[in-house]
Amino acid sequence: MMTIDDEAFGRELDELQRTTRASLGAADRRYIQRVIRTQRAMALGGRALIFASLPLLPLPPLFFGVIGAGTAALGLSKILENMEIGHNVIHGQWDWMNDPDIHSSTWEWDNVCPADQWKHSHNVVHHTWTNVMGRDRDVGYEILRVTEKQPWKPAYLAQPLYNALLALLFQWGVAMHDIDLGALRRGDLALADVRGQLAGIGKKAGKQLLKDYVLWPLLAGPWFLPVVLANLVANGMRNLWSYAIIFCGHFPDGAQTFSEAEIEGETRGGWYLRQILGSCNITGSRLFHLMSGNLSHQIEHHLFPDLPSNRYPELAPKVEEICAAYGVPYNKGSFARQLGTTLRTIFRLALPARRRALAA
Amino acid sequence: MKSVASIWSRLGEVASLVATPLLPSHYVELLRPLAATHARQARVEAIRDEAPGVKTLVLRPGRGWRAHRAGQHVRIGVAIDGRLVTRTYSISSPPERRGGCIDLTVKAQGRVSNALHALDLGAFVTLGVPSGEFVLPQALEEAMPHGELVRMRPRVLFLTGGSGVTPVVAMLRSLALRAAMPDVVHVHYARTAADVIFGEGLRALAVDHPSYRWIEIHTVADRRRFDATRLAALVPDWQVREAWACGPQSLLDAIGAAYRAPDHGGAALHATPDGSQAGPVEAPRPRLHVERFRAALAVLPPNASGGRVRFAGDAPQATEVDADATTPLLHVAERAGLAPRHGCRMGICHTCDSTLVAGCVRDLRTGTAIDEPGARIQICVCAAAGDVELALVTNPVRNPVRNPCAEPLCGTPERNV
Repeated sequence: MMTIDDEAFGRELDELQRTTRASLGAADRRYIQRVIRTQRAMALGGRALIFASLPLLPLPPLFFGVIGAGTAALGLSKILENMEIGHNVIHGQWDWMNDPDIHSSTWEWDNVCPADQWKHSHNVVHHTWTNVMGRDRDVGYEILRVTEKQPWKPAYLAQPLYNALLALLFQWGVAMHDIDLGALRRGDLALADVRGQLAGIGKKAGKQLLKDYVLWPLLAGPWFLPVVLANLVANGMRNLWSYAIIFCGHFPDGAQTFSEAEIEGETRGGWYLRQILGSCNITGSRLFHLMSGNLSHQIEHHLFPDLPSNRYPELAPKVEEICAAYGVPYNKGSFARQLGTTLRTIFRLALPARRRALAA
Repeated sequence: MKSVASIWSRLGEVASLVATPLLPSHYVELLRPLAATHARQARVEAIRDEAPGVKTLVLRPGRGWRAHRAGQHVRIGVAIDGRLVTRTYSISSPPERRGGCIDLTVKAQGRVSNALHALDLGAFVTLGVPSGEFVLPQALEEAMPHGELVRMRPRVLFLTGGSGVTPVVAMLRSLALRAAMPDVVHVHYARTAADVIFGEGLRALAVDHPSYRWIEIHTVADRRRFDATRLAALVPDWQVREAWACGPQSLLDAIGAAYRAPDHGGAALHATPDGSQAGPVEAPRPRLHVERFRAALAVLPPNASGGRVRFAGDAPQATEVDADATTPLLHVAERAGLAPRHGCRMGICHTCDSTLVAGCVRDLRTGTAIDEPGARIQICVCAAAGDVELALVTNPVRNPVRNPCAEPLCGTPERNV
């Protein structure tokens, strides 16, 4: 890892965090309440449109137009719910409001992953050990080779396929994420040890599946199937989008990984530095940032994971400025660049490194 | 019959899964906030000026509101700078009033009451459930036939000061509405006649109801202290009256002292709601019910230097240790042999969040003091600022991680304020 005056660097970022936290107030509360209201109205409106389309089945152009609009609204509401609301509320970003209705201790999201398991796998493991090999299970999610530091094995040949499956079924990957598959394989964990977690996932997933694939379709009576398909597409939209945004967080070209030895005795400033070197931002419009849950400001999110996400856009230029002053690379790029280099890595690292390429 | 009901409720539960992970009520709230059941809210329907610095908020509670008993209080929450803060206020309207609204009469004297004064018509506040034992005996709350009222001759004494009149006003209005006014003497303390909250209404009540005697004492003009002698002069038969007292702490102290005076044979103090004033129980008369204003918040000592920390929560028994002002409470708890649930140990993951029961802590990152009872605090980055009581969760999270930088972050004194 690069060497900088990490003490001064840490102090500047601490100060940025302190002033932002001190300025939180009524406008921030209005923001999250408005996003939540909008998201719920979109979900309800989307489902209403899907139902409204059903009697139009004999008129295909009209039917597809209306059910398409309804499905899109439902899918977008699910994206908003998981990204800008769920992920951020579960991080505790809104706990400062002291509002039991919008609080990390009570929030459950529209995803098959139970919030309590997510809090461990993501908030604790990933955010503490960001990009530390062997510690952060987000590095390749235990099935993909995303850095050359992961030794190649033949199973990685099929990783473009796993990757596509993971993208389509992303919420299921998220649900299984807290189960330490590596430890299970090594025999450090027995199946009995994870039975509680599996039961939690089963219970949560059961409710989610019942909602989207049984109850709502049943309400449509004879039009059961179109509603199942619309809900499947909406969930799929959310899966693909959250996969794309999240994979742009730590895998694009330029993102660094670290060994445990490298972070021994890490200071506050060193921890900040690791978060920045390991994370990547995506440039885009305000709407893009909203729909990505402001994870397009992955660097700011990793520096200050429990600061409200609506503040990341104003923090980003300040963080970038501090980085420039200390010569710390600040990885930002267009969605196409970040996703493109991520996918290229996944395809390229499916194959073992060629010696000549390495030498070059 | 019972099984049919349980099948219906089971079906209802399954049907409500259309909204999972939320409840259908969350969607109802979008259109009609007061019809929601997942969180109790109330809407401000009217605001009235009562006296200098005193306003009455007329609130329409949402679905699920249970009628209060006259004299009870309710927790009300309002967002201040985006943060929800709750306080308890007496309800000043009688439960018999039609229209489904309740009144809270609030004197602007603190952060929350000031925020309540600043509310606009149509604003929403959060509402708890009516509670408290500062109520009339059941016999007086029920519609008693007039003959029986005469025969039983219940005799009542109300001793109030300032905004402490509000729960008593609810009782008086209730008695008046039911035309069941017993023999009541009401002694009220206020700065001046203009400062008497509900002054006009109470004076008119005394005119309309001969059995209600109203005595107002204005402390600016009449500086005589309240004591047993004064009480006996004002209400000669006070010892045979069941009394209700509410007002500022100094007045309640004086009333308590008068009722405890030995020459009255050791009165029974009937404290509400926490029983902290329980007196000698063997002497049944005269009975005194006391309603206190909310307990004062912990105040951060200017040179806070740690304090005594009491860890309660899910542990079989509470642990008490001394803590300094710079050691995170998570470390303090661990040194005391406890194993609080925790994650990152650096204030980012919120796994160790614990409830502040009482006292004051300081966030070591920002230096800000947190003294709001019920606040969730991050014990890995907060230290004691004076005496503290915390509710810990000690069941360990799976695979706890050891953070390599936990010590430099949280343990070194130079980082701490």
